[in-house]
Amino acid sequence: MTLAEYCRIVILPILAFSVILILVRFFRGPSIADRIVALDLLITTVIGIIGVYTITSGSSTLLDTGMILALIAFLSTVALSYYLERRSKKK
Amino acid sequence: MNIFIGIVITLGTLFVLLAAVGLIRMPDTYLRISVNTKAATLGVGLLLGGVAFYFYDLSTTSRTFVIVLFLFLTAPVGAHLIGRASYFIGNKLWDKSQMDDLKGKYQRNSHVLKSEIDDTPEDNIDHTKM
Repeated sequence: MTLAEYCRIVILPILAFSVILILVRFFRGPSIADRIVALDLLITTVIGIIGVYTITSGSSTLLDTGMILALIAFLSTVALSYYLERRSKKK
Repeated sequence: MNIFIGIVITLGTLFVLLAAVGLIRMPDTYLRISVNTKAATLGVGLLLGGVAFYFYDLSTTSRTFVIVLFLFLTAPVGAHLIGRASYFIGNKLWDKSQMDDLKGKYQRNSHVLKSEIDDTPEDNIDHTKM
């Protein structure tokens, strides 16, 4: 079994299962902060999936997408928590 | 070399899976933020390190290094911001938590942090009384 087959048979289903678990928390989360945390972890897991996909496909083109996704995850967390905090702040 | 890459990628996948299970099982928003910051960042770092060892190429190594560096820099900042915001909007701690160091020290309306409990206790955020 080569490394690409090992990634395709073993690693990618485990990562897909963890994405499903994170989506359960995203739809069930009691407060909005839980949803933001689940969204951040979802994007981080997708970066890991992109890393495994580069091994299975053999071309490292999608790593640029991973860079942009890391940027978007950080910016969305900062913006959502900023507005969440502004909403509870009274002048 | 392939066996080493396989071990590294398996460890990273297990850390990502543990982060997802922790996000389901943890009883509290703050503990979920802790899981998100530490376990998932280490897991994705190990996965991308395995990718860099697999290709063994300057362009791939530089790109994975930039992604991992960015994740390691921004994970504590994002975790602090979302933890602070969720403390302000009134998420309670787990009822088996031992202590709350911020109890009564954040002002409810102006969001000013004070170092000790002052003489206006009705303005302080106190999650035990809400």
